[in-house]
Amino acid sequence: GRARPSHSEPRGRNGRGGEEEEEEEGWHQLYPGHIPTSPLQKALLAAGSAVMALYDPYRHDMVAVLGETTGCLALPNLRDKMKNHPEGYHILQERPRIRLSTLDMARLQGLPDGSLGREYVRFLEDNKVSPDTRMPPKFVDDEELAYVIQRYREVHDLMHTLLGMPTNMLGEVVVKWFEAVQTGLPMCVLGAAFGPVRLSTRKLQVLATELVPWAVRSGLNASCVLNVYYEQRWEQPVESLREELGIFPPP
Amino acid sequence: ALLSRPAGGLRARRGLAAGPEMHFGFQTVTEEERREKIYQVFESVAKKYDLMNDSMTLGIHRVWKDILMHKMNPSPGTLLLDVAGGTGDIAFRFINYVRSVRECQLQRKLKHHQNLSWQEIFESYQKDKSNSLGDSQVVVCDINREMLKVGKQKAQHLGYSEGLSWVLGNAEELPFDNDKFDVYTIAFGIRNVTRIDLALQEAYRVLKPGGRFLCLEFSHVSNRLLSRLYDLYSFQVIPVLGEVIAGDWKSYQYLVESIRRFPPQEELKAMIEDVGFFKVDYENLNFGIVAIHSGFKL
Repeated sequence: GRARPSHSEPRGRNGRGGEEEEEEEGWHQLYPGHIPTSPLQKALLAAGSAVMALYDPYRHDMVAVLGETTGCLALPNLRDKMKNHPEGYHILQERPRIRLSTLDMARLQGLPDGSLGREYVRFLEDNKVSPDTRMPPKFVDDEELAYVIQRYREVHDLMHTLLGMPTNMLGEVVVKWFEAVQTGLPMCVLGAAFGPVRLSTRKLQVLATELVPWAVRSGLNASCVLNVYYEQRWEQPVESLREELGIFPPP
Repeated sequence: ALLSRPAGGLRARRGLAAGPEMHFGFQTVTEEERREKIYQVFESVAKKYDLMNDSMTLGIHRVWKDILMHKMNPSPGTLLLDVAGGTGDIAFRFINYVRSVRECQLQRKLKHHQNLSWQEIFESYQKDKSNSLGDSQVVVCDINREMLKVGKQKAQHLGYSEGLSWVLGNAEELPFDNDKFDVYTIAFGIRNVTRIDLALQEAYRVLKPGGRFLCLEFSHVSNRLLSRLYDLYSFQVIPVLGEVIAGDWKSYQYLVESIRRFPPQEELKAMIEDVGFFKVDYENLNFGIVAIHSGFKL
C-alpha cells in the first residue's frame, strides 16, 4: 500500500489499541518502524544524513537513512525488475529474511568449501559481522519498497562473498561501485564516489586501475542480483553462481 | 493550509488526569504508560541532550536560562531546589551567580576594613575565602538516572563540587521535608510531569514561607505569523535534527508534540494559583515560545 505523507502536523497515531482511528489524514504507519515524512522532511533528512555520514563514517544509520530518502526512483525500478523475473517475483511473494534466527548456521558450515553457504559463513566469521545488524527501513513510504530495500541490505554481505571483497574501506568501496551500477541507488553512487576520499594513494591506485573497472564491468554485465533466491542456493558453488549471474572473476 | 493546528477533535487533556487516559505527545496512553514512555525518552536522549538543545534552539536556550537566573537574583545563603534539573544547567548557573555576588560582597567588605587591625582583617579574610558560595546550596533532583549521570559527569568535568548535591526523585512526590527551600525551579521539566497538579502541590510544600516558585517552560505563541513559522520549524526540522544528530526521531517528535499539548500561559498561571501560590505572574520570552512563571508562598 502507499501512504500519502502528511504535510500538516500529525494529529494522532493509530496503533494505540485502535483508539484514535478517526480520519487520520495521511498518518498511516505502513509497517513496523515506519515513520511517514513530508517531502520537506525527506529533503532535510537526505541533506543532513549525507553530511553526517561523511563527517562520521561510523554512523551507518545515516547511510541507511540516505538510501531511503533518495531511493524514490531507484527502488520502484528495482521492484519492477524483480516482479518481471520469475525468481525475483518469488522473492517478493515470500519475503525471505536473512538473519541468524532464520539461517541454519551449522548446516551452512558443513557444506563443502567453495559453496555459497560455506563461503558466506566464512565471510561472516572472518570479518566478524552478522546479518542482524542491518537497519530496518523507516522513511520508505511503501511497504513493498521497504521490503526491497531491506532485501538489498540483507543481500549486501552476499555481495561481498560473491565479489570476494573484505569489509575494510577498500572492499566496501568496490562493493559500492558494483551496487551502484546494479541498483542505481543514489546512496550507492554517493558512497562509491565519496568513499575513496579516505583511502591512501596506494590503495586509490589499485582501486582505480583494477578494482573499480572490474566491479563496473561485472555490474553492467551481471543480471540483477536481487533476483537470486540465495536461500535456495546455499549448495551452489560460488564460481558457478558468478558465472550464472555474469560476474567476472575477481582480480 | 499546510500546517493546521490540531482541531478540537483531539481530546485536549492538559495534564490533569481526569481518568486513566492521558496524552503522550499526540498519542493517548494510560498514566502508567506515559510515565514509562517519558522515562525512556530521556534515557535515550540523555547523552546528547545538551548538544540537541544547542542545535534545536541555536544556542538560545542558554539565554533563556540566564534570564531565569537573573530573575531569581539569588543572594548568598540561598537554598535552591532544581527539579527535573537533569544535566545541571540551572544548578551551575546558580553557583556561578552566587559566587560572583559573593565576590562583590567580599570586595565591598575589604574596602571597609580601614579601621580594623591586621589580625582582624586576616581572620575575616580566611573565613570568607573558604566560603566562596556564602553557604548557598543547590539540590538537583531528577527522576531519570541517565540524566543525573550526565549531570554529575558534567559537574566533574567543569569543576563544580561545592554546594551541589544530586538526588533521584519524582516531582510528584519529592523526597524532602516541608518548608525547606528558598527557591524551587523547574526548567523545561514540568511539561514532562504526568500530574502537574501534584508537582505544583509538592513545590508549595517544600518551599519555606516566603519562598519562590519559578518555572521556565515552552509555552504558546499568540502571534499568528510567528506561530506558523514556529510550527513549521518544530515539526519539519526538529525531528530531522533528532534523527541526524542523535539517531532518534521519535524522542524529538514527542518533544515538539508535548509542547503543543502543554497548557498555555494563563492556564498554567491558574493552576499555580490553585495550589496556593500568591502574586503569580508570567513573563514571555521570544513572543511566548518560552515563558517564566513565578509565584510566592506566604
